[in-house]
Amino acid sequence: MAILKDKKVIIIGDRDGIPGPAIAECVKTAGGDIVFASTECFV
Amino acid sequence: MDLENQKRVKEFAEEYGPENIVVVLGAAEGEAAGLAAETVTAGDPTFAGPLTGVQLGLQVYHVCEPEMKEEFDEAVYDEQISMMEMVLDVDDIISEMTAIRDEYCKF
Amino acid sequence: MNSVIKGASYILVHTPDMVLYNGTTQTTERIVNPESEYLKEVPEKLRSYEDAVAYWPNQTYIGNVHPEELAKVEFPWYDKKMEGAQRYGKFGEIMPEEEFLLLVQASDMFEVVRLEKGFVAAHRDAFAADPVISSDIVERVHEGVELSEIEHFVNDEHAEGLYFDGQLVGCVKAAHDIDQNLSAHVMHENLMSKASSVLALLYAIRNAGIDKADVEYVIDCAEEACGDMNQRGGGNFAKAAAEVAGLVNATGSDARGFCAAPTHAVIEAAALVKSGAYKTVVVTSGGCTAKLGMNGKDHVKKGLPILEDCLGGFAVVISENDGVNPEIDLDLLGRHTVGTGSAPQAVIGSLVADPLDRAGMKIPDIDKYSPEMQNPDITKPAGAGDVPLANYKMIGALAVKRGELDRKELAEFTTKHGLTGWAPTQGHIPSGVPYIGVAREDILAGTIKNAMIIGKGSLFLGRMTNLFDGVSFVIHGNTAKEQKAQAGVSEEEVKGLIAKAMKEFAASLLAE
Repeated sequence: MAILKDKKVIIIGDRDGIPGPAIAECVKTAGGDIVFASTECFV
Repeated sequence: MDLENQKRVKEFAEEYGPENIVVVLGAAEGEAAGLAAETVTAGDPTFAGPLTGVQLGLQVYHVCEPEMKEEFDEAVYDEQISMMEMVLDVDDIISEMTAIRDEYCKF
Repeated sequence: MNSVIKGASYILVHTPDMVLYNGTTQTTERIVNPESEYLKEVPEKLRSYEDAVAYWPNQTYIGNVHPEELAKVEFPWYDKKMEGAQRYGKFGEIMPEEEFLLLVQASDMFEVVRLEKGFVAAHRDAFAADPVISSDIVERVHEGVELSEIEHFVNDEHAEGLYFDGQLVGCVKAAHDIDQNLSAHVMHENLMSKASSVLALLYAIRNAGIDKADVEYVIDCAEEACGDMNQRGGGNFAKAAAEVAGLVNATGSDARGFCAAPTHAVIEAAALVKSGAYKTVVVTSGGCTAKLGMNGKDHVKKGLPILEDCLGGFAVVISENDGVNPEIDLDLLGRHTVGTGSAPQAVIGSLVADPLDRAGMKIPDIDKYSPEMQNPDITKPAGAGDVPLANYKMIGALAVKRGELDRKELAEFTTKHGLTGWAPTQGHIPSGVPYIGVAREDILAGTIKNAMIIGKGSLFLGRMTNLFDGVSFVIHGNTAKEQKAQAGVSEEEVKGLIAKAMKEFAASLLAE
């Protein structure tokens, strides 16, 4: 069963890992409904 | 996890129901991914944010985990993320994420 | 001709008391968890001044240890002390907190800083003994006030306390009763940034071997904002610091762009000089109190001392081509544009590969890359990984994707073209610029031929855009001789020829 399709997706990206907008591009292709995308910065 | 982000996660869980939410992470390390995953499942382990003591048990994945990759359009993943597989310790991230999900995920 | 890097300075200020009172991790904890174990543990986990001086990455930052040497020190570093570590290094110094508070007071033009009499008397001589602190600055230090006056401001007037060894020794008053932008908190933050920038400027002038009067323009690239309620980011930390440093012929302005700002500022400075607008421009920045102890919770949890106990500052002197010093090549600029996107490969592509492509160069053609030089001793225990190494892996991975590097050579690439991080996690301070001083020396010595400085910034933290940002530039050896040889005739010769022709023309007119 699909995990992301039609689910409300919250994205917590990381500046030194994968940033939020890059994850969002991928999640869109899986049919997830992105309700929030942000990028954290630890440095 | 950033306090504002915790607040938003909590609000969305209340608005849509925790069972309808999936959190996708982009953390740079296994440990950081594990801490973020713990925050949205078992509560904020640093006792600082709005999710302190809140056990949402949300579904949570790191974007580089195979379960996620499988669902993405391959070309988009390749363009947006694939290079980071050479940079991140994906095996470590997978093992941290799996451990947290097995223990705390409710859905 | 391209402008050159005449000199650079790198300074640290050990501020353990500000970790507890001004670092946002600690001030936030005081609001949400005032009784927390962590807050109780902080004072015990702070390092002594001697320990901060003997810390290998700090000695690297001020120029006593080459980054290659640091890379050979067994990791982690927090539990190792460097034998014979010195307060002063060729790039700058590690100033102790007590002397810095005197510099802060000397940098305050509105009498918002008050220091206790006895404290001033006890440390004034040591402050005056600092080789870059000139007598005009020492003269700005007031005699000080009674402790009761300071207590009154802190207890009744919302002043920010200034502490040394856990004791109240002074305060920063609010500069306005109502305006939040001039509150004691903001004044404190801005004055610490300004004073550490002053120290960086003083060392940069010394290191470049120029006169203070030679500086025509200063660009400040910190992450603070100064202004009042009608112009919150009105600015000009640059000119304010230049005033205290005695740069009488300089004006200046502030460049902002999160951690990418220093690289933006150096490019701007290089362009201002190359264009002929100014002959000597200094890019400077002081440190950030908010980030003190930023990852303290993780450090304490893992049994480490709190490693983020120093303010950082740097300054770079950029001047007209002198035929000797390394050049900033404005033909090799990388930039992350609005359209670049935030995919890591797109980011690195725009900053590293695109400018090299335009010049017909390959990624391995650059001897050393300096992206974000955060000290991994600080970031690894905090879950942010080894940031410089991650950047080198990305650059190497891109080279592999482009067929410029064999996948098997990836690990070697990260050491051959990379550096071990040594910079304090002061936001803008570690981003690209910590290597400029070392690169200048290594290029002059011929151990490397070029280096790419990369600044990256998290614009999204300001909640104005989701975009990422970054710019890059390349430093290489001086090319003035080759350019002259290529040109065939020098500028002087051309001028001479023109003058001769004019004379002949005038003579012919007269003859008519």
